[in-house]
Amino acid sequence: MTEQVIQLEKVNKWYDDFHVLKDIDLFVEKGQRIVICGPSGSGKSTMIRCINRLEAHQEGKIVVHGTELTNDLKNIDLIRKNVGMVFQQFNLFPHLSVLDNIALAPIWVKKMPKKEAEEIAMSYLEKVKIPEQAEKFPGQLSGGQQQRVAIARSLAMNPDIMLFDEPTSALDPEMIKEVLDVMIQLAEEGMTMLVVTHEMGFAKTVADQMIFMDEGRIVEQAKPDEFFNNPKSDRTKLFLSQILNH
Amino acid sequence: MSSTAIQNISHNKYYNWLIRNLFSSWVNTLLTIIALIFIYQVGSFCLNWAIFAADFRYNFQGELITDRGLCSKNIMPGEYGACWAIIYARWDQFMYGLYPIEEAWRVNLVYALLPLAIIGILFDKIPFRKYFIYFTFVYPFIAYFMLYGGPGLSVVGTNKWGGLLVTLFLGVTGIGLAFPLSILLALGRRSKMPIIKSLCVVFIEFIRGVPLITLLFTANVMLPLFLPDGVNPDNLLRALVAVTLFQSAYMAEAIRGGLQAIPRGQVEAAQSLGLSYWQTTRKIVLPQALKIAIPPIVNTCIGLFKDTSLVLIIGLFDLLGIGRAALADMTWTKLYYEVYVFISLVFFIFCFGMSRYSLYLEKKLKTDNS
Repeated sequence: MTEQVIQLEKVNKWYDDFHVLKDIDLFVEKGQRIVICGPSGSGKSTMIRCINRLEAHQEGKIVVHGTELTNDLKNIDLIRKNVGMVFQQFNLFPHLSVLDNIALAPIWVKKMPKKEAEEIAMSYLEKVKIPEQAEKFPGQLSGGQQQRVAIARSLAMNPDIMLFDEPTSALDPEMIKEVLDVMIQLAEEGMTMLVVTHEMGFAKTVADQMIFMDEGRIVEQAKPDEFFNNPKSDRTKLFLSQILNH
Repeated sequence: MSSTAIQNISHNKYYNWLIRNLFSSWVNTLLTIIALIFIYQVGSFCLNWAIFAADFRYNFQGELITDRGLCSKNIMPGEYGACWAIIYARWDQFMYGLYPIEEAWRVNLVYALLPLAIIGILFDKIPFRKYFIYFTFVYPFIAYFMLYGGPGLSVVGTNKWGGLLVTLFLGVTGIGLAFPLSILLALGRRSKMPIIKSLCVVFIEFIRGVPLITLLFTANVMLPLFLPDGVNPDNLLRALVAVTLFQSAYMAEAIRGGLQAIPRGQVEAAQSLGLSYWQTTRKIVLPQALKIAIPPIVNTCIGLFKDTSLVLIIGLFDLLGIGRAALADMTWTKLYYEVYVFISLVFFIFCFGMSRYSLYLEKKLKTDNS
């Protein structure tokens, strides 16, 4: 039996009166690559942001690696150490060099000696294929390079799970590929990944599970084959026709 | 290219600049001429008054000036300018107040060490910076021991302190103590914990809603009423408390402005990496926020430095207070211009220095991470 690393059971969340997440059930096994799509405002970003507690849910249960997410800061810290996240806007630290961006968390969270952390940072920069940019500041890099640094920054904490929140939405078209290539490489290495994206080509290549969300609910969950060729719900069909034919 | 050709080019450059900016039309030319005449008139009058027609220590007859009657301008009215002898005569008071003059070397030593104590904070690319920073933290203790006295040194009560010593003491210590306090206040004001947040809001708004003079009076007159009998903090300390609280409230608002400019994504990224609140604050939020807040922070520092002169109303003799005392002396009375110009100049040097430093820092930080 494969190991379940993320469990969401009957998760509900409100922003004041607005019901963003409605009875979300989601189970992720180790090594699974899940791609989540849906129209904007459907709650897909909010859902993955709940998994590392950037957002708090109000009802239901979220368990990551057997640790339940509550207000207990110790649990939150534990989970964040094992769950990496990549953001739409990169969110690199503009006042730190690329190398320092990556070495920061290993030094301060893992209490690693500076030299060792920098070596690790360098090795991840090589992995995302931009070691020559180590001394630059984020503002001097292109969007695609910044996003790859952001991925390296997350990986440097050696997480078991990676969350991607629309990682290519803020990129120019010609830079999307370089970021997706890195993500595909990660997938091939067996990383557990939850990816919010509209890159359906990427989804077809990488995903072993597709999720479609609308109005705070998971409307459809299926293997990519079935999802793209034979979607069950009309809402999914409509969405796919719009996104694939534009 | 020959050197004359180069000269011609650079010559032309200035010439073109002049034509473009000062003589581009007849209105512009007229304004330029009027402005030049005005600048010449005012400038020559000022220089003449302050330097060429002024007395320094000796009057035009070569006598050492020991009272105002010996000033050239009082001997031959209308012919001569400033009489700076009052500054010479009162120099020790301007610098040390009533500090015993045989102990003045202690104050001089503290003055001399001050640049060493702040250089490590001001500049980050100097050699041995680490040791300068260590010194920064040791300096207040050295300064206190040297100024106040203790084992091996005679005690000089703060009622004897005055002049530049009091001005710098209140300015530097006030800013130094207010800075960490203001960071905590600014963070507290944005805290999610309601009690901490409301405490900070009330504190900041209360202090900002009250004039510094009121705070000084309160500290001076009312503080002893709240304290148990026999506890009687000295005047300078009371003023320091008032000045620090006042400054910290203003600085906190400047820093809060910087904090608000940091995108939420920065904190989220730091959190997602597992950094704690304090790590996020120290490593990610504050470095960026303080950078944005430098101009308003320096603004409040300049404001505070000048506001220290208000302590004269609670009986402390800062630079301005000492100046007024000098004018009250019958030997020197009525030399208002000389005294106030001198005091202005001293304040100007410090405030202008702070202002230039802020510009330098802004420029440096801009190029650091383009």
